[in-house]
Amino acid sequence: MLGYTIRRIGAALFVLWAISVLVFLIFFATPGVDPAARIAGRNADPATLEQVRRSFGFDAPITTQYLKMMNHLFLERDLTSFVNRGSRVVPQITDALPATLSLVIGAAVIWMAVGIAMGTAAAAWRGKAADPVITLLGILGVSMPVYWLGEVINLFTQSRMHETVFRWVPPLGYVAPTENPWQWFLHLIFPWLSLAVLYAGIYARLLRGELIGALREDYVRTARAKGISERRILVRHALRCSLIPVVSLFGLDFGALVGGAGLLTEVVFGIPGIGHLTYNALQNLDLPVIMGTVMYAAFFVVLANAAVDLFYARLDPRVRHV
Amino acid sequence: MSEPLFEVTDLQVSFRGRSGPVNAVNGLSYTVMPGQVLGVVGESGSGKSVSSMGLLGLIRDRGATVTGSARFQGRELIGMPDRELRSVRGREIAMVFQDPMTSLTPVYTVGWHIAEQIRAHESISKKAARHRAIELLAEVGIPDPARRVDAYPHEFSGGMRQRAVIAMALACDPALLIADEPTTALDVTTQAQILDLMLRLRETHGSSIMVITHDMGVVSEIADRVLVMYGGRAVEAGTCREVFHTPHHPYTRGLLASVPRIGGEKLHRLPTIPGAPIASSERPTGCAFAPRCAERHDACTMQPLLTGDGHLSACWLTAPEVPA
Repeated sequence: MLGYTIRRIGAALFVLWAISVLVFLIFFATPGVDPAARIAGRNADPATLEQVRRSFGFDAPITTQYLKMMNHLFLERDLTSFVNRGSRVVPQITDALPATLSLVIGAAVIWMAVGIAMGTAAAAWRGKAADPVITLLGILGVSMPVYWLGEVINLFTQSRMHETVFRWVPPLGYVAPTENPWQWFLHLIFPWLSLAVLYAGIYARLLRGELIGALREDYVRTARAKGISERRILVRHALRCSLIPVVSLFGLDFGALVGGAGLLTEVVFGIPGIGHLTYNALQNLDLPVIMGTVMYAAFFVVLANAAVDLFYARLDPRVRHV
Repeated sequence: MSEPLFEVTDLQVSFRGRSGPVNAVNGLSYTVMPGQVLGVVGESGSGKSVSSMGLLGLIRDRGATVTGSARFQGRELIGMPDRELRSVRGREIAMVFQDPMTSLTPVYTVGWHIAEQIRAHESISKKAARHRAIELLAEVGIPDPARRVDAYPHEFSGGMRQRAVIAMALACDPALLIADEPTTALDVTTQAQILDLMLRLRETHGSSIMVITHDMGVVSEIADRVLVMYGGRAVEAGTCREVFHTPHHPYTRGLLASVPRIGGEKLHRLPTIPGAPIASSERPTGCAFAPRCAERHDACTMQPLLTGDGHLSACWLTAPEVPA
């Protein structure tokens, strides 16, 4: 187990390093890409360019530049933005984290509850009218992109029906739960729902397929021969086994979302999270911030992968002793 | 003679097929006496598994219909509402299936499975159920049962798993144990152990046993009475001795001839029954075995009935009256 854990951590560190090199090369060493030209602005004269190059250290060899940036990002933790000089990258990320976590955890609770309920219901009522209806609802949820759904929701809650039905909806933005828990909840309810709609559809479909497969297994026949109720067969036998792949997918999705994959939702609803930070950095081509957010996202995806691997063993006793 | 424990009359199981209904079981009748071991033999597709699953409502296919009569301790099982049937399944009639590798839910311990079986029919505490599970595991010959009760199915070997499944099936002292190919997935030495175990448990738990198999060796070892099935019908029935020593039906003779004998004549090739088992959708109107039978004659275009005194067979060769 110890050897396995060490190997696992080593692999994770290697992946993080590889990502950092890749991102660095994309922004600093791709032919035709000159960060100095971007910072100096359009039609800058060669003297200005040269000055920018020297002051940002772009004249140093590429490996030195990489090591310097990693040193500032991870060891000194004082990497500063290229756009707003003096504004540090690491505190920006840690400040944005609570908003992202609030959004993702809330949405995850909703989509897991709704997705499991819908998937189980569809499998239990397979062949009856409810099954295609639930499946259709799931496809509908998957087919509505967050940026479209979010804008439509905003159109109704913030403008068209704001004076009537949605008077209680606060303006877009984010309020920390430590400041006002009720406002935190109100600000996040629609972002949660629109993010959850997409994932609930995917999870319901996945679970329905898994459950229908599980219900054909021999162990379900054995359970039925024992004389236990259909509900218990469905929940304790079939659902318990079908949840194994669902939970591992959940870990990966959750990691990616905490890493900033909720970018569209955050931008549409004006939530100042990691996704929003990445979005702004990309718009300004603020390389240190991009570097920081990408490394942060990679860290969460790798962490989620490791967590899934460890949790998998808890869910499935068959993988415990290997 | 005492009352039969289980009496099946004119059982029909049919499925909705592409071109009309397909009869998997066609007018099957048999009885199981208390304490008896009935062996049901037949090739794949002869309807032997489907008949027992149909009786207990284990066929979940919506296109399946089960008709006929199955009286168990005076109660009619066919048409019984599922809720009531559930109280019979596992408690009065338990089943053991072919493949012990896949017949236990992989995420629960062996003890959990046995406790679930007990608690489905008796209101006893988890602790007491666990205690019973340990006793049952000891009874079926699992070494160190107090520790093994917490093992997962994948940590057991095939034979051990089948022992655990039998322990689970016997947990509520059922009156009838239906074992569907209980030894097919096991190696030969383990097979013999499992058969011994079932015979021993019949004594201690007072259960009748119905063994469904394609293996004549298993039947000869364990059964009191034998029912030979072909094409969804019983073609021969009698005591184990009668069927093995004086088989009446050509199909039974074919089956017995294809078993190699120790000390017998050295054969270059084992005799086989020509042809393949027929699909239930392609059965002829007459005797289902006729297309493969060496002794077929004109009468075989009509369905022979299962007749005889004690030792029954469905063949015009042994029928008291042959149609002109």
